[in-house]
Amino acid sequence: MPTASRDIVIRNQLGLHARPAMQFVDLANQFKSDVKVLSFGEEPGEADGKSVMQMIILAAVEGTPLKITADGEDAEAAVEQLAKLIEDKFGEE
Amino acid sequence: MKFSEFVVRDAITAELKSSDRDAVLRELVGALAESGALSEASVEEVVEALIKREKNGSTGFGKGVAVPHVKHPKIKKMAATIGRSVGGVDFAALDHQPVYSVVLLLSPENQPQQHLQAMNIVFTNLQKDTFRRFLRQSATLEAIADLLDEADQGK
Repeated sequence: MPTASRDIVIRNQLGLHARPAMQFVDLANQFKSDVKVLSFGEEPGEADGKSVMQMIILAAVEGTPLKITADGEDAEAAVEQLAKLIEDKFGEE
Repeated sequence: MKFSEFVVRDAITAELKSSDRDAVLRELVGALAESGALSEASVEEVVEALIKREKNGSTGFGKGVAVPHVKHPKIKKMAATIGRSVGGVDFAALDHQPVYSVVLLLSPENQPQQHLQAMNIVFTNLQKDTFRRFLRQSATLEAIADLLDEADQGK
């Protein structure tokens, strides 16, 4: 199975609060790949990219570096689109 | 961060009187106002903001819990409370199941980091099966407060 990953930094001012976490999970669920998110913030963490609760627990504030990893047949497309969602600040601001 | 830093103990409602979502939000914000976390005059405005937020996307994230929350200019200091419903409340939850435990969080504007830290504590605990079960079974304010204290102490 192909694996793909992207390093990305949270850019929206409010950070990864509930609404962006849900947007992320909704998008992740459109892919067959498993999605994992590592956070390298003050308190490093790991979340299942398809679990809203786990994503909120990351408490990723603005400036937090993340690594998105996908594992599955559509891994490349998954990380690309998920990274773009974060780059686009989840449509905020 | 710990629960004790933002949960207003006196506003914990072990048996919600209301059974529909909007009334539950009003009951819990009212309890926070009674405890002095916000002014009585701001209650309706804050409730409206919470309802609007829920309509944008339910905070019923599944497993019988909901975490309605809003950032609002009328909130000067982050404040939360917990409501327990015996009969269950329809929160239009993601898993379409009734909600038995409601953690309501009000945050000031312009303090996103503090808000995320509080959400971290709330969800770290709500993810635990035992915490959810105990919360649902805690029939008094004291029992719920004890559960939060134990969580704060890492038990």
